[in-house]
Amino acid sequence: MHIDTLEKRWLYVALVMIFLFLGAIFYTAFARNVHPPSHVETIDSASLHLSEEFAEDKLGVQPKPLADGTIQVKLVAGRYGFYPRQIEIPAGHRITFRMASMDVLHGAHIPMTNMGTMLVPGFVSEVTTTFPKPGEYPLLCNEYCGLGHDHMWSKVTVVAADNWRAPTTGETGHD
Amino acid sequence: MTDATTQKLSLYNFWVAFGSFALACFFGMYQVLARSGMIPAVQSPAVYFASVSTHGVLMAFVLTTFFIMGFGYYTATASLREPIWNPKLAWTGFAIALGGTVLAAIPLLLGKASVLYTFYPPIQAHALFYIGATLLVVGSWFWCLIMIVMLMRWKKSHPGQAVPLPMFATTTNAILWLWTSLGVALEAVFQLLPWSLGLVDTIDVGLARTLFVWTVHPIVYFWLIPAYIALYCYVPQAAGGKLFSDELARLAFLLILLFGLPIGFHHLYMDPEQAYGWKLLHMVGTFAVAIPTLLTAFTVIASLEIAGRRLGGRGLFGWIGALPWKSPMVLAAILSLLMLVLGGFGGIINASYAMNAMVHNTAWVPGHFHLIFAGTTITMYLAVAYKLWPKLCGKALVSEDLALTQLWSWFVGMVIMTTPWHVLGLLGQPRRISSVNYNSVLTLAWVPYELAMIIGGLILLISGCLFVYILYKTQAEGTPARSVEEDYAQFTQASGRIPGWLNGFTVWNLLILALMALSYGYPIAQFFLMKTYDPTAWGY
Repeated sequence: MHIDTLEKRWLYVALVMIFLFLGAIFYTAFARNVHPPSHVETIDSASLHLSEEFAEDKLGVQPKPLADGTIQVKLVAGRYGFYPRQIEIPAGHRITFRMASMDVLHGAHIPMTNMGTMLVPGFVSEVTTTFPKPGEYPLLCNEYCGLGHDHMWSKVTVVAADNWRAPTTGETGHD
Repeated sequence: MTDATTQKLSLYNFWVAFGSFALACFFGMYQVLARSGMIPAVQSPAVYFASVSTHGVLMAFVLTTFFIMGFGYYTATASLREPIWNPKLAWTGFAIALGGTVLAAIPLLLGKASVLYTFYPPIQAHALFYIGATLLVVGSWFWCLIMIVMLMRWKKSHPGQAVPLPMFATTTNAILWLWTSLGVALEAVFQLLPWSLGLVDTIDVGLARTLFVWTVHPIVYFWLIPAYIALYCYVPQAAGGKLFSDELARLAFLLILLFGLPIGFHHLYMDPEQAYGWKLLHMVGTFAVAIPTLLTAFTVIASLEIAGRRLGGRGLFGWIGALPWKSPMVLAAILSLLMLVLGGFGGIINASYAMNAMVHNTAWVPGHFHLIFAGTTITMYLAVAYKLWPKLCGKALVSEDLALTQLWSWFVGMVIMTTPWHVLGLLGQPRRISSVNYNSVLTLAWVPYELAMIIGGLILLISGCLFVYILYKTQAEGTPARSVEEDYAQFTQASGRIPGWLNGFTVWNLLILALMALSYGYPIAQFFLMKTYDPTAWGY
């Protein structure tokens, strides 16, 4: 096979570019542990209300943080909202969201942050992130889930860590 | 000289493609109006989601499939200088694909299949929608078979000779499409059809999504390859130069075939049903498939530079001005490459494992694929139509100036429409909403971009109609012109004997089989190995 010198040079440039991109991604993935939500965990979406974890009285910000200080939030997504509809969490803390859909496909996204995951019925989605800035954030559904999809959103209030108090009801820590 | 059978076959396929295209442009215009929220009278989620479902199916599945079939039949006869093998089979495939399109269109237009063009279960459409879509794919398989048989027959009667590049690339696409469509075909036959017909109650959503992404990434290469064929085989000649390299062109097509297939999980980065190791594996392939595109950009730009310098262009950039900008094919190539640079940049962000979280399912995504698909790819389809119409109808194009205006306006409209979408995506706007209803401070920043989107959509609608008008006017009222032999680009480097692995597909098919088994074997098997809870059907 004949390859021109110029072509060869360009091929090297292209390969170096690709390896740089891949290198950066592998570095953040393994050295900094940055992964998209990939928690292969099944659950029966038809009976979330009876489950130990996602029954109505267990939802929301959990009263006791995990052993490493991570605060857990449990949400159920269903047409057309994320339940509970309002939550308050502290800025600067690691927050783990555990979420499940009770009906169809949904997508959870808090704009301008790293908080995002698909919600696939039959699976639990888990995503951990930190919100550096206090403020009012919308939690939007970003996957078409029916004719009311436009209206599917909930409120997330991020408050300064000093002003935040853990709720007193709900499930006790989940370790 | 193209024979009458091929002319008719190609024209019928092209008219289904471009008729769907024009219709879908009107749906698109409605969508930008409704979504902006500026005219409350047209707002209706039921109408919007029926419209966006129809727009997506027509543009992504109907326009492309029929265009590719029409272009393929023409390319096979023109480059091999042989008539279509088994025209009856070709017409049968056309009829099945068209019948399927009509069957799917009925529930779509009645609002009974507002499941968008991704039809993710467990939201269920009317069974006719899945039946029609399946038939469209089955019809296209007839085309694949004919392309493969024609290539094999030609190789048999021309031992040791290199298959002409246009046909080699077309057959690569036929093989790519057979591999690609298998995923969604499995989803349709074993999941969607029995479920929508009421034979089974539940559906394994994780498995359905996995099979769907098997198809949904390489399908974009099925759409893109005809555009690359025009870039490699028509553009150098139209610019007055030669193709820089024949062998590297073949390699680029084969690498797209190989790396385009096993990489679907970059659509599942944010999904919970696949583990991250598989996502990383597919990501490596996703970046690898950028290499043939980078090679294409180099070869095509090098070919253009050769032409520009021949035409008297001097200096580092002087050759660009010297190019024949008044040739629709050359203009289309330049605009197409410009959008490829912008869209490719966005694509690298989408492909990035973690960074994708910021833009996943936001307006950034339709911004990206409108730039790459409706921009880069469709612009080349338009230029191919302008080139082939005189050959298929035997009449001169009614006006080259109108064609140039049309290409420019398509480019301008696409840039005006997709720029605000990219911005809105970065600001977090979800892609699939019919209007903005969130009562939140953050979403107020979205308002100014909606107006630009409407202006872009309007320019695109006018441009799309102008395109169909030019084709119709040429065919109906054009002045007769002598049909000339197809003049494919010559190569700057005299290619001697082409090595066998660049002239056939056996090795490549085996490599694909191995890569597909590696990339999809366990991820599909896991749904049969673990206990899954399959939901029942939901309406919308």
